[in-house]
Amino acid sequence: MKLGSIVRTGLVAAGLVAGAVSSAFAQAGAPIKVGILHSLSGTMAISETTLKDVMLMLIDEQNKKGGVLGRKLEAVVVDPASNWPLFAEKARELLQKDKVAAVFGCWTSVSRKSVLPVFEELNGILFYPVQYEGEESSRNVFYTGAAPNQQAIPAVDYLMNNEKVQRWVLAGTDYVYPRTTNKILEAYLKQKGVKQEDIMINYTPFGHSDWQSIVADIKKFGSAGKKTAVVSTINGDANVPFYKELGNQGIKAKDIPVVAFSVGEEELAGIDTKPLVGHLAAWNYFQSVKNPTNEAFIKTWQTFTKNPKRVTNDPMEAHVIGFNMWIEAVKKAGTTDPDAVIDAMIGVTVPNLSGGLSAMMPNHHITKPVLIGEIQDNGQFDTVWQTPGLLVAQEWSPYLPDSKDLIADWRKPMSCGNFNVVTGKCGGKGK
Amino acid sequence: MSLLRSLAGLLSALASVMIAGTALAADLQTLVNNLTTGSFGDRETAIGALAASGEAQAAPILEALGAGRLYVRKSDKTVVITKADGNQLALTDAVTGKPAGTATEGELDRVRVNNRLRGVIDAAVGSLTLMSPDPRVRREAADSLLKRPDPAALGALDTAIAAEKDTGVKAAFAEARAAVILASPEASKPQKLEALDVLQKRGDRDALGVLQAAVNNAADADVKQAATAAAASVRQTLAAWEAVQNVWYGISLGSVLLLAAIGLAITFGTMGVINMAHGEMVMLGAYTTFVVQEVIRTSAPHLFDASLLIALPLAFLVAGAVGIAIERGIIRFLYGRPLETLLATWGLSLVLQQAVRSIFGPTNREVGAPSWMSGAFKLGQIDITYGRLWIVVFALAVFALLILLLRKTPLGLYMRAVTQNRPMASAMGIRTPRVDALTFGLGSGIAGLAGVALSQIDNVSPNLGQGYIIDSFMVVVFGGVGNLFGTLVGALSLGIVNKFLEPYAGAVLGKILVLVFIILFIQRRPRGLFALKGRSVE
Repeated sequence: MKLGSIVRTGLVAAGLVAGAVSSAFAQAGAPIKVGILHSLSGTMAISETTLKDVMLMLIDEQNKKGGVLGRKLEAVVVDPASNWPLFAEKARELLQKDKVAAVFGCWTSVSRKSVLPVFEELNGILFYPVQYEGEESSRNVFYTGAAPNQQAIPAVDYLMNNEKVQRWVLAGTDYVYPRTTNKILEAYLKQKGVKQEDIMINYTPFGHSDWQSIVADIKKFGSAGKKTAVVSTINGDANVPFYKELGNQGIKAKDIPVVAFSVGEEELAGIDTKPLVGHLAAWNYFQSVKNPTNEAFIKTWQTFTKNPKRVTNDPMEAHVIGFNMWIEAVKKAGTTDPDAVIDAMIGVTVPNLSGGLSAMMPNHHITKPVLIGEIQDNGQFDTVWQTPGLLVAQEWSPYLPDSKDLIADWRKPMSCGNFNVVTGKCGGKGK
Repeated sequence: MSLLRSLAGLLSALASVMIAGTALAADLQTLVNNLTTGSFGDRETAIGALAASGEAQAAPILEALGAGRLYVRKSDKTVVITKADGNQLALTDAVTGKPAGTATEGELDRVRVNNRLRGVIDAAVGSLTLMSPDPRVRREAADSLLKRPDPAALGALDTAIAAEKDTGVKAAFAEARAAVILASPEASKPQKLEALDVLQKRGDRDALGVLQAAVNNAADADVKQAATAAAASVRQTLAAWEAVQNVWYGISLGSVLLLAAIGLAITFGTMGVINMAHGEMVMLGAYTTFVVQEVIRTSAPHLFDASLLIALPLAFLVAGAVGIAIERGIIRFLYGRPLETLLATWGLSLVLQQAVRSIFGPTNREVGAPSWMSGAFKLGQIDITYGRLWIVVFALAVFALLILLLRKTPLGLYMRAVTQNRPMASAMGIRTPRVDALTFGLGSGIAGLAGVALSQIDNVSPNLGQGYIIDSFMVVVFGGVGNLFGTLVGALSLGIVNKFLEPYAGAVLGKILVLVFIILFIQRRPRGLFALKGRSVE
């Protein structure tokens, strides 16, 4: 036995004893607190309230199984009210006052950027469940949503190969996620030989409701004798009037398909989807995916919410994966201490709801399958294409000059979120 | 004897017919089965084979496939065409065309198609339905052939043109034929040049698409040049139409602004109450529409087309009642204290939003469009959607009614009297508090009416009102506080300016430019477009 392995065995033994002691201690002790940081009022409540509900359900289910480390879990729900600075305040409250072991929360990138310094300062753990623009990796954040290469790029590939699209409209809401994603897509399309004149980029304000001119513009752009598609990063409420206008102006999916990255089952619940049949969405999960894990989850969810029509969506699945990973990591570490859990997280593998196993990678992102679905008249998606395996997230996009040389690896000894492979140093941008 | 022989002959003839019949059916059976198996690529081949088979059943089967109504029954693997029949689906055997009972969705597997297949099906159905007895179907067939020209359809088109009596459909066929000729590699140069001419005359976006494709794919230099010229001329006509289109979009946006602002023109414009909860009255109107539609869906589905008409008076009453309650409960204590009114009504707007969120949930609610508000029609080269058209009509109607109410009714007279000179009106025996409550209720009720209309174009969510409150104040201030005609002109001009800026500046910058313009305008004319003059201003 080498010295290292002796030490390691000793440590494990000590850990076991400590774990046994602490769990024996904790039997009588307080429950483990889990923070839920989702807006329950304001503009984002439409999307985030569901995520709060799914977290409550997961915690409830886990408690029925006896909790973790012999302790029960307790949810601490706060309402940051769609107000970005309030997110930081509430995060501080959760970490300092409630001393939560982990936080599940945020939806918009701006809310994540707002809480990031708090989590880094107080050494907390945040699980972020929404697809985002990438270009970030923090030691204290686990990104369970998709990076651009796990959603946007496969969707574009699908349109290019299967629908032979040659002209592209990149339409988005005017904020960081669409702008970065479109920058990546533009670079990617150009690399694939698409000319500048075949790309149209359009931004609209949050909550834009008068889409007449833009839809007419899209129609005009589409009548150039080449197959045209719209890649939509339009967010939240603006989608409903956009799709209504598409339907009214008679843009059919077979003429100009729209592939969306922010439209899921929840958003479609507010629209009559008959005119939209065939428009696409790219996600890592659809409610319509057929496998026993997903069917069991949908059943539990509908029983929990007492609504047999309640839909499920992709960010919910991300929370399911994130929560199960956290439970596994806590079991592995034998403690809820953030440093131990953060180290234990990497390599944890749990089943996802799309019928595979997702793993936490050293860049704090998870592996995911990519599914392309077409909207059906019942508000569900029908998977028309799927990646053969799981994709590893590229948190730093290789298509952007600023980030192409960066990688993230939180394993020791590198422990760096933006390691520059050219200069060999941690930090800074690529050249 | 001869009788017997002839009988035997008849029998054998019958038998051979029957055998031929089953052979035919068996053939169709394989063709149909091929549609339901294999990859999307295999199915594309199967669709082509079925379309080319010449079977009478081919067109209905393909149509059902395209519309997602072709299923496989799980129990016996029969391919069936479905039709909604209450909660059940009525089945027709796809091969024989005979009724095959009913089933629920769970007992069937839908035959899946994707966008690409839908396009292929469209083109196939197009060439199959060229001879349909219904002129509308024939025209649709011509349109789908124009969008997806298939050189193999040329023969069918020629036959159809020869047989066609309806001149409109005949022209559509000729245009489809022109598109097919341009796409066909065998067609001669003069044929192609003639085809370009036909399409240039059609002159719409679809024609431009075909012409542009001809420019991209033309092998012959002359054809390419002619196609470029034709495309340029079509583009020029379309550009002229685009200006008309922008005006229409502007009017349409303006009418939405007008609807949202007109209630505020009463509460803020004539009463001087800075009502931040105005948007929430709009939202209440939209939710009333949702509730009405829910009730109609569950108890009287045949009334669905009338749901908006039923919702209008209810929305007016609901929002009006809430408005009166607000005025009596809060605002009447705050007259003359604008800052407190602003804060109180803003707080109230948050309370109302959260109340609706708790009752109806945070997610969007679906408000359907009645059939007379869906779809679009063509006016020259612009598409006018029925939904928008009705909203314009509705906004103007509400405006006219309001003017009538203010000018011709006793209530209108009292309202004008109270806002112009409260002590004098009071001295004349008008119960001013009651008139205040009614005026505020009227403004709120009109906001509720706006909500019914806006539920057709926007989200029905608790945040609905927030999106309109800034715009409403903008319109009222720009048009001139206290002047209803100012609100009308203000709303329409802001709508049109916005729509002319949008194509050049983009939606975000366009909005900013409009705001900057209004700020500058208010600097020059603090009282807006049509300022009230005289003593009543003070």
